[in-house]
Amino acid sequence: MMELRIIKIMKKLLLIIFLLNCLFGFSQKFKTNNSHIRFFSDAPMEDIEAINESATSIVDVTSKAIVIVVPIKSFDFKKELMQEHFNENYLESDDFPNATFKGKLIDWNGEEGTAQVSAKGTMEIHGVSKEMTITGDLDYSSNVLKVSTVFNIKLEDHKIKIPKAVFYKIAEEVEVTANFEYAPYEKN
Amino acid sequence: MHPMKRISSILLTILSLSVVGQDQELLELLSSSDPNDKGYASATFKSTRVINGHSIETRSNGTLEFIIGHRFGRINSGYDEFYGLDFSTIRLGLEYGITDNLNIGIGRASFDKVVDAFVKYRFLRQSKKSPVTITGFTSITRKTVDIPGLDGIDRNAYAAQLLIARKFNSSFSFQLSPTIIQRNLVETPQDDNLLLALGLGARYKLSNRIAIVTEYYPVLSNKSAQFEDSFALGIDIETGGHVFQLHFTNAVQMNERGFIGETTDSFWDGDIHYGFNITRVFDLRPNKS
Repeated sequence: MMELRIIKIMKKLLLIIFLLNCLFGFSQKFKTNNSHIRFFSDAPMEDIEAINESATSIVDVTSKAIVIVVPIKSFDFKKELMQEHFNENYLESDDFPNATFKGKLIDWNGEEGTAQVSAKGTMEIHGVSKEMTITGDLDYSSNVLKVSTVFNIKLEDHKIKIPKAVFYKIAEEVEVTANFEYAPYEKN
Repeated sequence: MHPMKRISSILLTILSLSVVGQDQELLELLSSSDPNDKGYASATFKSTRVINGHSIETRSNGTLEFIIGHRFGRINSGYDEFYGLDFSTIRLGLEYGITDNLNIGIGRASFDKVVDAFVKYRFLRQSKKSPVTITGFTSITRKTVDIPGLDGIDRNAYAAQLLIARKFNSSFSFQLSPTIIQRNLVETPQDDNLLLALGLGARYKLSNRIAIVTEYYPVLSNKSAQFEDSFALGIDIETGGHVFQLHFTNAVQMNERGFIGETTDSFWDGDIHYGFNITRVFDLRPNKS
């Protein structure tokens, strides 16, 4: 009969965890009001650079979850033709309109102030996911959250093909610099 | 299975589900579309030409395009003419983007030594607000070849086109090109000086870099029996900075007056010419660094 009692307790526990989970839904979230993403690639003929200010991100400071969505078509290149090739031939943005990162800030204690943090999660670009840990700087006060990071992305990790016949060589790795500024987010 | 194990596995599942659920919830919060995105259609055609005729595409501000067009002889002309390759006509052209929408260009063709100049303006872009892109095109051509009796203003022709295209999806684009051409001198009294034509063009992308294109320019005004409507079928190959257009067509000229109004070979009788356009773009704006 001991077992039955334990099962009863466990059932209650299940219910409590379930309710707690629901409560987590009301945890404090921060949403970007400013974002700046730049990618840069060294190429022998010409450097390739683009800037995107349309990315959005949400950080849940209670659960430490972070989500970033980057609309690919909003990358702005200096050369329009390069932008066209980027969308049409490399990122295929009609089929894969967004790049996303879903992860957790794994070594952040949630306290106010500046900290070096890592986010571990899944980066999806060009429809291909890759587990990644990104390190960056975080600056947190009660109503402002700032995150900045620099990391590299390998094109082959996301099956972005570089044809052999192109006349300018493209680097296999691009450097991404991202800055996000968040404000408290209220559910509507 | 032991009930304890079962319950702990259920617990684990719920826990992991809740983590996934939160990410999903966060993603949904972000799923509202980018308000800055106007949804402009880009690359309706790969080149500023469908094949012989202009496409709605314009080169962006500060971009210079060098375009080389070649048309060989008839492939049914036999071995003596090396299946057409012994004969060729060429047009060399330079086009420049004054703004993203306004382009100007000049060219010279070996056939009848025609020089041409044009202005092209894209005044509507396909976007969330507009189902089509519309570009206006107008050109002047002048035959500079020495023909007895052909003098002065008789050498000139003026063309105007409204290019209307829609990119239906990432693969398929279609263009309508109503055209009027004023020829100051025509070959026979049966030919109207004012030529009317309705061009049709389409592209279907086979892969990121390769597309099939076709173009047909039926003439609607009166024309003498020697003239045929121009038809062309080809493939576009894009390699980043270059576009190669390889095609078969019954036209040997590469300006509107020539290929729409003066084509004499019949595609359907096998009078087909192999041809190609090669473009190279240069960015003339200084690097900001």
